[in-house]
Order: sequence, then structure tokens, then C-alpha cells
Amino acid sequence: MKKFFVINGKERELEFEEDALLLDLLRSSGYTEVHCGCKEGSCGCCTILLDEVPVNSCQILAATVNNKKITTVSGLGTIHSPHPIQEAFVEAGAVQCGFCTPGMVLATYALLEKNPSPSDEEIIHALDGNYCRCTGYVKILKAVHLAAKKVKNNV
Amino acid sequence: MSEYNVIGKSFDKVDGISLATGSALYTDDWKVNNPLFIRLLYSTEAFAEIIDIDIEEASKMPGIVDILSFMNTPDTLFTTAGQGFPEPSPYDCRIFDKTVRYVGDRVAAVVAESEKQAEDALKKIRVTYRSLQTNFDAEKAMDENMPHIHGKEAFSPILAPYNPEKNLAGQSDFSYGDIEKGYAESAHVIEHTYTTQYVSHCAMEPHSAQASFDEKGRLIIVSSTQVPFHARRIVSHVTGLPIRRIRVIKPRIGGGFGTKQEVFLEPLVALVTLRTKRSSKLILSRKEVFVSSRTRHPFRLKLRTGFKEDGQIMALEMDALMNAGAYGPHALTVLSNAGSKVLPLLNKIPNMKFSGKSVYTNLPIAGAYRGYGATQGYFALNQHLDIICRETNQDILEYIKKWHIKEQETSAVFEALGEGKEGVAQVVKSCKLSECIDKGAKAIGWYQKRDKKIETQKDVVRGVGVAVAMQGSGIPLIDMGSAYMKMNDDGSFFLFVGATDIGTGSDTVLSQIAAETLQVPLDYIHILSSDTDMTPFDVGAYASSTTYISGGAVLRCAQDIVKQIIEHGALMLDCPKEELSLHEACVINEKTGKSISFEQIGQHSFYTSKQIQIQSGASHVSPQSPPPFIAQFAEVEVDKKTGKVHVVKFVSAIDCGQPLNPKLVEGQIEGAVVNGISFALTEELRFDKSGRALNSTFWDYKIFTAADIPEMQTIIVNSSDEDGPYGAKSVAEIGINGPAPAIANAIYDAVNIRLFDLPFTPTKIMNALKATGRG
Repeated sequence: MKKFFVINGKERELEFEEDALLLDLLRSSGYTEVHCGCKEGSCGCCTILLDEVPVNSCQILAATVNNKKITTVSGLGTIHSPHPIQEAFVEAGAVQCGFCTPGMVLATYALLEKNPSPSDEEIIHALDGNYCRCTGYVKILKAVHLAAKKVKNNV
Repeated sequence: MSEYNVIGKSFDKVDGISLATGSALYTDDWKVNNPLFIRLLYSTEAFAEIIDIDIEEASKMPGIVDILSFMNTPDTLFTTAGQGFPEPSPYDCRIFDKTVRYVGDRVAAVVAESEKQAEDALKKIRVTYRSLQTNFDAEKAMDENMPHIHGKEAFSPILAPYNPEKNLAGQSDFSYGDIEKGYAESAHVIEHTYTTQYVSHCAMEPHSAQASFDEKGRLIIVSSTQVPFHARRIVSHVTGLPIRRIRVIKPRIGGGFGTKQEVFLEPLVALVTLRTKRSSKLILSRKEVFVSSRTRHPFRLKLRTGFKEDGQIMALEMDALMNAGAYGPHALTVLSNAGSKVLPLLNKIPNMKFSGKSVYTNLPIAGAYRGYGATQGYFALNQHLDIICRETNQDILEYIKKWHIKEQETSAVFEALGEGKEGVAQVVKSCKLSECIDKGAKAIGWYQKRDKKIETQKDVVRGVGVAVAMQGSGIPLIDMGSAYMKMNDDGSFFLFVGATDIGTGSDTVLSQIAAETLQVPLDYIHILSSDTDMTPFDVGAYASSTTYISGGAVLRCAQDIVKQIIEHGALMLDCPKEELSLHEACVINEKTGKSISFEQIGQHSFYTSKQIQIQSGASHVSPQSPPPFIAQFAEVEVDKKTGKVHVVKFVSAIDCGQPLNPKLVEGQIEGAVVNGISFALTEELRFDKSGRALNSTFWDYKIFTAADIPEMQTIIVNSSDEDGPYGAKSVAEIGINGPAPAIANAIYDAVNIRLFDLPFTPTKIMNALKATGRG
């Protein structure tokens, strides 16, 4: 089947099988920044934003997306113009292998949109669906606080 | 104040922004033209001979291009262990085998135009097995009448004890002094048995590999590997394709922790591409990663010590039984590391004996895993020290400070136990373990909390425990790394290293070593790593070797570049080179005050006179493996009603020599600690009676999330090791050694129960509490 999607602010028509997962469709359409860590809906590496809500794209059928806007991590910022959250993750040392980072960054974005000055507890709650095996999360928590500061200063 | 400009500074990772914005590519992200997809059929039997594989129906399914099994693939024996050559691991596996040895062993591969077509066809393959007697118990593996999991043809490529007819996958023994005399001189003799479990690495990126041909018909493999050069050699061995016809590229890697030191996908994608003349790719599912990639070796460690009234250990025996699982990658070396990385720490014990056996069972394959046997060995040793100190009524911190190895000291273990051969004698040139203990104790509030059994709520009691450890920095006289550099006409440099950044930050610290040596800002160094066509050789990312070994190569290489720059500068400034020095990307004559920039030198060397590409290459191998040291402290809370253990605070104090990049040092420790805490409390791959894994999903196999972590503190205790680049030692593995024993000791401190069997689940805690009448 064919369908129009809004991905990172651009409209694109994509063709896919009826039972295709959104994760697979995005990856095969060039959005390889959406990573597949488990396809079980547990690790959060495939996190994207549907409108403003972080979801595991491996648990969503592409056909059910309808008019919701899709944002991947490169929709927030790119290598040429990174988003302050992405910069904060690098500065805080929250990026090691980087495989979980796109999901972490998007979960952070969604959190800060709702809550610009989150507490440790609120951050932990927001990131609970995103696994990281490299950092031990210490620097990820620091990164979210730093990101909050940067985002505020940017506005 | 640091004397360095770049070293010791917390620079951002040089690949950080590309990872955070998603422009960095992992294996599955690499574009490959019209690839075929590979899916694997796995054994449902724990031990069986394959009588027949009926592929008739499967091969007629739409999109099916090829089906591989033992019937149509090379019979070559090899090891998947990506180690130095010849590998100290038995050649006991084939790309496909007529015998399957565990539930999850490889039976066949279906190659199709789409992943779905391959999966559909898998279901149509009919396998007829002849079941064989199984064994899942390492203790029984060497008994008479037990099934032989491997045939006589399996062999060890090095001179080492190996006997498939006894299921012996590796053996390691050494002793010094006179053990019996030591016991005779002791006031107490104690013996305890410690066991560790099957666990998964859980790197977020599943194992992935793809193969294709370039325009010259050479085979190009892109792989999530820690060992690109070993992968190239092993692919050549298995396929018969000469090394010169193979290129292995390592893109960004989504974590390894040892599991990607195993070369088990690359030979398969290579073979599929060679057979079909098409590109191919294979990305494992999480379930496949859990069951059919690699795990940590479970151990049974018996520790027996004799000690005097004052706690002085007169004799120590470590008897190690390691479960290798169905095949033997790292079966010898993980085993020997349980002794060689652990026992030198207590170098004043006059009589010592290590006996280790590694055995085959019909369970999943174990391999390299961060800590590499030391983690298991320290689990036993640190609890044992806690027991001795409590029995002899003394302060464990002072006890360890008294007895641990010190600067300018050695241990007979260094020389006795190596990696598949005898070790190398060495003197410890830097050791700040006592300082680590003091600083860590202060941070955790040791003396305010130890033996206090503080009850925070009714039946919820706190305790503190400590564990200490050392590791190595590469494998002495075995690990080799190389670097190549060239200067550009803007005064910047390309640095090519075989070293393999798997997320650790080695691209960054190696660039820092080059920048410091050349006296340039970090962004003057552009690094390209781990491409067997483009970069010089390096053994890869394992054995905590990269900073020390590969870093040593970068240092030498950069030092030679410095010499050439000075020579060219002398030509341009028309002065003796002895008058010149480097400063901020310039060559300066301090006498005359004249200077010339690297950009001018680069340009001049290309175009003007004495034309030359300023370039150099260097390799590094070391007769030393300077150990880093760590003291780790856990504060736990034990709920006596539920048996739940909660780690409240965790402190690590690390001596890794000169920290090249403190932020990355902390990251290595923090990641290792959290992995170590969940290893202690929740992680365990469990099996049913037929050897089938019961919890091969993240829903059933609990790793920690941000919600589970304690308050964490990492203290870097600076030292400097004269052998390391800018004084650096390793840091990648050591941090995982302490959490399990520190938590065990803290649980004892809280509720007086000893837990010898990992992980410490609420059931085990409740049972132990009941057994002591405290539940």
C-alpha cells in the first residue's frame, strides 16, 4: 500500500506492505538513525516522536500512523546544525556507542517540551523506556539537566 | 596544574555529534546494493546428530536463492575467538556442523530476496535428528561415561592441554611455594565455593554483518566487530579466499563488551556472497543474540586459604571449574585470567596454587565478556577476604592496604600465567590502590556505616561492603597495535589506526595522544580507524589494550612526525634543528624568536623544496601490562521481609594511571559498575531441563534502566605509569569486577548472610535469612 507521511517536517509518499512495522519502513526509507535494538518494544532504541509523543516504532504498524507527524533524531538537529539537546548529550559524556542516543535524545525532547526544568525523578520516569548498556545512565541524567539549561537559554 | 595541553582534559568524543544526530552509520545502516537476506535455522535439540535436512519445500518458496547447511559448506574447523594467531582457543567449530551441541546451535541458513521470505522458508525446512545423551552440568562433564560433546578431530592450535574425549576445553595450573607447609603454619583454614551464572552482554546493537563485492571483485565485509583484522584472517581461513581479496570495514559499533570479539557472522555472509555473487546481510534478532551469540562463562570457584591469627594468608588455593558451553572460544584464556588477573593482587602470600579446568556442556557458547574471568575470580576473592577479616576481627580496609601489591613489587603469578602460554614477569611501576581505598571509604562514609546495621525502616537494614581489583593493559608480548600518520598542507594530520572504537572513545583518546605530541589543537587530528584496507594492523578492542598498546603506537608515530616537522622547519628557518621546539601548531626558534606554522611547513613540504609527504608509521607491542587498580564500595539496603536488595550508593576509586580524558574514564567506570550491579542482582540466563533458554527477551532478562541506578560516585586517583602513553593505563574492564563482591559483602554487613551464588535474587536472600533464623 501507499500512504503520505510527514517525516521531519517533510511530506513523503511511501509504499509498504500492510503489515510493515513503522520501524522497518522508516529504516528502509533512509531514516537509519532510527535504530533497532530488540523489536520487542522494550529497549527504546527505535524511539521516534509521533506528534510530540515518544513511541517505540517497532510496536507500531506503519498503516496506523494516519496524520500524526513523525520526528526522528535528525529531525531535531543534524551534524551541520545540532539541537542543544544533542550537544548536551555529547558535552555531558552521555554518548558512548551512541546506539541508544537517538531514542534518549527524543525522549528528552518530549520531556522538556512538557517540563522545561525536570527533577531527577521526572527524568528517570521519562527515560525509563530507554536502555543504555554503556554509560550507566549517570551522564545521561547529567545530559538531560544540561539540555534543559541549554534549551531554556536558547529560547 | 597539568603540564599537558590536550591530555587529561575532558574533550567531547570526536564522533559524538555524529552519533547524537544520527548521521553516524552502524553496520545495518551501510548502503549495499540489492542485498540478499540471511536468516538462520537453529537446533531445537541440545545434542543431536543431524540425519537429514529436507529443504525441498523451502527451496521452492518465493524469493529463495540459496540454502546452506553442513551438506554444502566447507568442513573447515576453526575458532570464532578473535584472538592473536595461533589462537589459544580450540578449533572445534565449523560454519555448519552435522552435529548440533546446544539448543540454539546453527543448523541451516536460508538466503532470500527479503527477510520475510527467508523467515517463511525457514519454517518449511524439515530436520531429522538423532538425539544424543546430553550434559548440562559442568561438574559432571569430565566423569566417565559422559557424552563427548566434540569429536577427536577438534584440536588446540597451540601447545596447551585439550582433550575433547574428556570434554576438557582448557586447563590451566600453576603453583609456587609449598601449599601444605602453608596450611601447617596457619591457625585457620577455610574453604568456600562461589558460583557465577550465565549472562548476556546486551550490547544495544545486535550482531550484524554484510558482504558485497567491490568493482574489482574483492570481498568487502562490513561488520559490527571488535576485531576487524582477526575477522579478515578467520574469513580467509574458513572460505579459502586469500587475505588480500578481503576487506573488513568496521563502521560505528553499538557496544561490544566482548561479544563482538567473536567472528561468527562474517564467515557466513562471506560464504553466501561468494556462492551467490550477490551482496548479503545478516542482522541478528535480540533472541538470537541472547541464545546463539556469546555469553559470560559461568564459574564454580573453590577458594581455600590458611591464615594466621592476625589474618596473614599462608596458603591460598583456587580451584576453578569453568563452563565453556558447547564450543570453546576463550575457554583457556578466560579460565587462566581468573587466576592471572586476580592472584597477583595479594603478592605476599608465600604459597599459592591455581588449578583450572574449562569443560564443554550442551549449553550456549560463552566467550569474552568485559572482565574476562577476573570478574568471576574477584567475586570469590573479595568475599573471602571479608570472611577472613571478620574471623580475625580486623578492619578489612587496613588489611587490604597492608597486603596488596605495591609499587616496585612483583608477583610470581605474572610470570607463571599468561594467555595460552607462560606469562611475562613484570614489576608494578604504579599502584595507588591504598589511596583509592582511603578516598573511596571517605566517600561512602565507611566508618560511619560499617557494622552499624542501620535500620531505615522496620526490617530494612543497611550495610556497606568493599571490593578491590586490578586488571591488565593489553596482553604482554602478544597484543600489537599500529598507527600511521600523514601531514596535510593546512598543517592538520590524518591518523590511521587499526584500533577499534566500539563506543569506548578510543578514536578520541588516540587523537588526544597525537595532538598532545604534535602540540596541536584536537581538531587538527582527523582519525580513521579499523578498515583492513586503509589502516595498519591492530589486534582490536579487547583485553583493555587500546589506550596502552594502540596508544603507544600513536605516540611513537607522532614522535617521528615531530622529528620530520622539526627537520623541515630547520630547513625553512635556516637554523640548526636543535634550536627548535613545537608550540601551538608552530615550530619556534626560541633563540631568534622566529617561528613558522605547521600550515607553512605542510605547504612547503608539498610544493616548494625538499619535497616530501611528512608521514610515518609505527607499531607497539609491550613486555609489560601495567595493571590499573580499583577500590569499589557498595552501600545496600536489605528488606528482610521481601529479600529485596537495593543498592543505595556505589563508589569507585580508580587508578588508571594518567587519565587521558577524565570524562571518558568516568563513563567507562560508570557503565561497567551498572552492568556489574545488575549482574549481581538480576541478570541470569536460565534454562529448562532440556537446555532451552527460558528468558531470551529483555522483558524476561532484566538489565538496569535509569530508574534502577544508585547514587554513583567515581573518583579518579591520578598516577602515572612510566610505560603507558603519557602515563596511561587501561580502564575499560576493571570497573565490572567489584560490584558483585562489594554488594555481597555489604549484604553480610547488613544482615549477616553469605551469598556464594550469583545473582542475589530475593528468593536466595529469603532462603539464607531463614537458614540463619533471621528471616
